[in-house]
Amino acid sequence: MTITGSRKVTVTASILLLVSLASSVLLLQRLDQLRSHATLEEVLYLTSPKWIKRLSLGYDGLMADIYWTRAVQYFGGHHSQGIEEFKLLDPLLEITTALDPKLTAAYEFGANFLAPKPPNGAGQPDKAVALVEYGVRNNPDNWRLYYNLGFIYYFDLKDYTRAAEAFERGSKTPNAHPFLRILAAQMAQHAGEIQMARMLWQTAYASTKDEQIQKNATTHLRALQVDEDVTELEKIVARYQELTGLLPSSFNALIGAGMLRGVPVDPRGKPYKLLPDGRIELRNPDDFPFVEKGLPPGYVAPRPKLD
Amino acid sequence: MSRVGYIAVNTFREAVRDRVLYNLVAFALLLSGAAILVGQISIDIERLVVVNLGLTAVSLFGVVIAIFIGIGLVSKEIDKKTLYTVLSRPVRRWEFVVGKFLGLSGTLFVNTFFMAIGVFAALLYVSTPHRFQSSDAWILVALFFIVLQFVILCSLALLFSSFSTPVESAVFTFALFVIGSFAEDLRGFARMSHGLTRWLATGAAYLVPNFSALNVIGQVAHGQPISAHLIAYNTAYAVAYSAMAICGAVLIFERRNLK
Repeated sequence: MTITGSRKVTVTASILLLVSLASSVLLLQRLDQLRSHATLEEVLYLTSPKWIKRLSLGYDGLMADIYWTRAVQYFGGHHSQGIEEFKLLDPLLEITTALDPKLTAAYEFGANFLAPKPPNGAGQPDKAVALVEYGVRNNPDNWRLYYNLGFIYYFDLKDYTRAAEAFERGSKTPNAHPFLRILAAQMAQHAGEIQMARMLWQTAYASTKDEQIQKNATTHLRALQVDEDVTELEKIVARYQELTGLLPSSFNALIGAGMLRGVPVDPRGKPYKLLPDGRIELRNPDDFPFVEKGLPPGYVAPRPKLD
Repeated sequence: MSRVGYIAVNTFREAVRDRVLYNLVAFALLLSGAAILVGQISIDIERLVVVNLGLTAVSLFGVVIAIFIGIGLVSKEIDKKTLYTVLSRPVRRWEFVVGKFLGLSGTLFVNTFFMAIGVFAALLYVSTPHRFQSSDAWILVALFFIVLQFVILCSLALLFSSFSTPVESAVFTFALFVIGSFAEDLRGFARMSHGLTRWLATGAAYLVPNFSALNVIGQVAHGQPISAHLIAYNTAYAVAYSAMAICGAVLIFERRNLK
């Protein structure tokens, strides 16, 4: 059987096409390995948001979306690899918000990336405040930004006066969540107490539809519950010791003394441990990131997982 | 000279005779001149401005030339009926396509060569003392990558012009140029998605040309070296991708009814 010239060309071109397609895919993978941080490197060369805005030739919105996605990738990538240095996060967020000052997600989530201590965030609460303040200047009617600001002041900077001020400012915006006024009022009396922290996280949960934020709020609320439980249980143990002169051997001793109604369980339903020295410990501390009490001595929390 | 060679040389001659081409080269040189003026009114960034603006001008004008000449390579020959004269001779269709591709790539190489002289002359002018630095050699790598960009664009313009109108070809090629400039972001987005979206996005991300790895203007403007691996992979990638597009063009053109 003889192959015509045209068919020969078709077969050769088809084979060559497939080979070159496969080669280009393989080469791209090698290039990606070689330039794993390529999209971020330009931040090192073009640091001025104003310049990037000019160079975007009016397509600011699209460029802002690209930079925001880069910021998320950068934070997520570093976080999942356990890298605790986030040098480019602030410039990326600055560029994003300069390109689109109305991109509120960049302020809300960006501040959440910047403010918490490593490994949960970049540990730059001052930069988070500056970012959200810039957001407030550009979106003065968005109550969520004031709420975020108060949140950073309260949890990351422990500056309760400024937190109260932020909530107060936010409560005056149109369509503000009614909780802001309550938070501002409660702050004066209950700053630093577990009740106040619980109220803040409950508001965080109730005021969003974002699953990640709700999950984060739930984790914090569980941690607060554990802190409260452990504090209460250790008080009961101390009271038992005062009355009997002995430390309780088990929770049954406390139940027998009428001080507890049953074996206390953590928010995930596992019983707490009562140690011979009277301390209360969590059975599985890995289930409760962010807890401050009930941890074994020298316990190092595992790196939080990103879903 | 082979038949492919004759077609390539003719394509080159035709492009050089084209007045639009001369205008664009002149404009690119003018832009490099403008770089000198900008450099003089800036503080301490004269060289940076000249390299950034000069290489960007070389790239943009080359892209315009590649697209606007590339899309007319086949349609012009059909409109002028010269294609029938060529194909009535012992010239195969694939030889016509490959010859056209080589001719346009050659034109762009020569164009880039003259524009590069303009950039280096401007650089020499703003340097004090008027002398090149060793890091300026990396500008040649950036120019080489720009030529690779043009080669890919030529192949794409030829691919589209083998089955669509010049306007459609221009739109498709330009769209792929823009998308390809964000190819690394695109692959990053694909990695972040899940399920079927991830597969589709990854497929699309690998199919569009990767122009982002070929853009090292910012790096060389700061005198940063370019790794030998990057040069090798980029060259191999440009060859593979252009070959793929040219093969596509050949397959389509072989079956095209030219009556």
